[in-house]
Amino acid sequence: MFEDGILNMNFLIDGFLKAIALILSNDPYVMSITAVSIKISGTAVIISILFSIPTAILISTNKFRGKKFIISLINTAMSLPPVVVGLIVFLMLVPAGPLGILQLIFTPAAMIMAQFILVTPIITGISIASINSVGQSIRDTAFTLGGTNKDISLIILKEAKVGIIIAVLAGFGRAIAEVGAILIAGGNVAFWDAETDTYSSYTRTLTTAITLETSKGDISTSIALGIIVLSISLSVNLLSNRLQDRE
Amino acid sequence: MRIQLKIFLFLLLISTGCLSQNDEKTLNKISEPKEITISTTTSIDDSGLLKILNQPFEEKYKIRIKVIAEGTGKALKTAELGGSDVVIVHSREKEIVFIKEGFGVNKRDLMHNNFIIVGPESDPAGISDMKSGSDAFNKIANSKSRFFSRGDESGTHVKEKLIWKKIGILNTGTWYKSIGKGMGDTLIAANAQNGYTLSDQSTYLKIKERINLVILVEGDPIFYNPYSVIAVNPARYPDKNEKYQMVMLYIGYLTSPEGQRIISEYGQDEFGHALFYPDAIL
Repeated sequence: MFEDGILNMNFLIDGFLKAIALILSNDPYVMSITAVSIKISGTAVIISILFSIPTAILISTNKFRGKKFIISLINTAMSLPPVVVGLIVFLMLVPAGPLGILQLIFTPAAMIMAQFILVTPIITGISIASINSVGQSIRDTAFTLGGTNKDISLIILKEAKVGIIIAVLAGFGRAIAEVGAILIAGGNVAFWDAETDTYSSYTRTLTTAITLETSKGDISTSIALGIIVLSISLSVNLLSNRLQDRE
Repeated sequence: MRIQLKIFLFLLLISTGCLSQNDEKTLNKISEPKEITISTTTSIDDSGLLKILNQPFEEKYKIRIKVIAEGTGKALKTAELGGSDVVIVHSREKEIVFIKEGFGVNKRDLMHNNFIIVGPESDPAGISDMKSGSDAFNKIANSKSRFFSRGDESGTHVKEKLIWKKIGILNTGTWYKSIGKGMGDTLIAANAQNGYTLSDQSTYLKIKERINLVILVEGDPIFYNPYSVIAVNPARYPDKNEKYQMVMLYIGYLTSPEGQRIISEYGQDEFGHALFYPDAIL
């Protein structure tokens, strides 16, 4: 057993060094995977912002029946299991499914859809919480000063800005680190380019590539991808923490 | 605050920047109609054969092949739901059902390899050099030695279940670990915990260098592992008709002297002998 331990240690160090070399040499396969990851999670988050923030403003500035229920529904959806979301998107988009005609299964669009579903409750939920923390007095003041609904929304946005940015970062962090949904919806595809004889990612992301490379036993590529995804997550979290400290 | 906002905008810009950088490529991919999707087993993809096999075809016919690697069960289900145009799988029972139900047409025998039982060199169950796979399974179960099962309805898993069923053993103990993963992962897990597993020859040979498991039982006829290629029935989905011709071109290529030669040569240099044996041309 002890010998095994030593063997594995060398293996780890070797894998780690090769991983660093892969990153430093801008390995085209690793870089294409990184680009696809950021592109898909970034797009999902941007589309989600367009939907989540107006929804959050609408929900938190209006009084209506079932408001509490809707908010707890959103909060529950924050922890949707990614694989379930992946399965739902797969079943919807597969040609036999209700949206099969769109021919989107195993494409980046399918992955963006899955991640949109995952991040929207997070961005909406945290935004609602931060808008609610903007004092009622500020809203009342804006209203008494003759502000229209649009003015009030702008004031709220300005006051809750930091909270909303944190919400967006949290959504992006969730998306970039998630594997279950995009693996099922995207199919983990890389294409071969005959001219350059290299593989580049089509629907293969940092996380789905790690599952594949590990199962192939290619530890150094896995470690390289792991280092990249961790660095992205870490930067997003650090930024978010700094914003919270300033708050 | 303003600095943070700038950093955030910068982040967004990076992500959208990557977007536009890839736009051109993506557009090309979307407007490129010549593409077929193949759903196949992890064992062929992990072995690296599919890459070598597909490249000459992609180059010659300018048809891109989208490979979705899953267990045989999921590969056939994906095809049934129209998610792929052609399958390469290895489970005779499931293939027969797939064709009988009208999901697949034009099945061809592609190649075969053999299953093997691998385990730790210490061999706690004492199965080394046994001739019968069933007897070896019996011994593993009786000695309650750790056994790792794919547990993913793959061809390998189906074969494993068949052997357990044949010897009438229900694998319920804690010694039997069903991990629900691909062949490479299962070998790595068995290696980490000094357990036994049933593997296809090629995946084992491919990652042998990285693990300590050794071949303990091989050569039993029950371990014969044939792979078939089956086109998805073009009558079932409207878009499959245009794909069908490309699929038949692909199947034709796989079973041609060229395709079969690539199969028979794959692994010779690296492992000293082939990982798969061609079956389409006798």
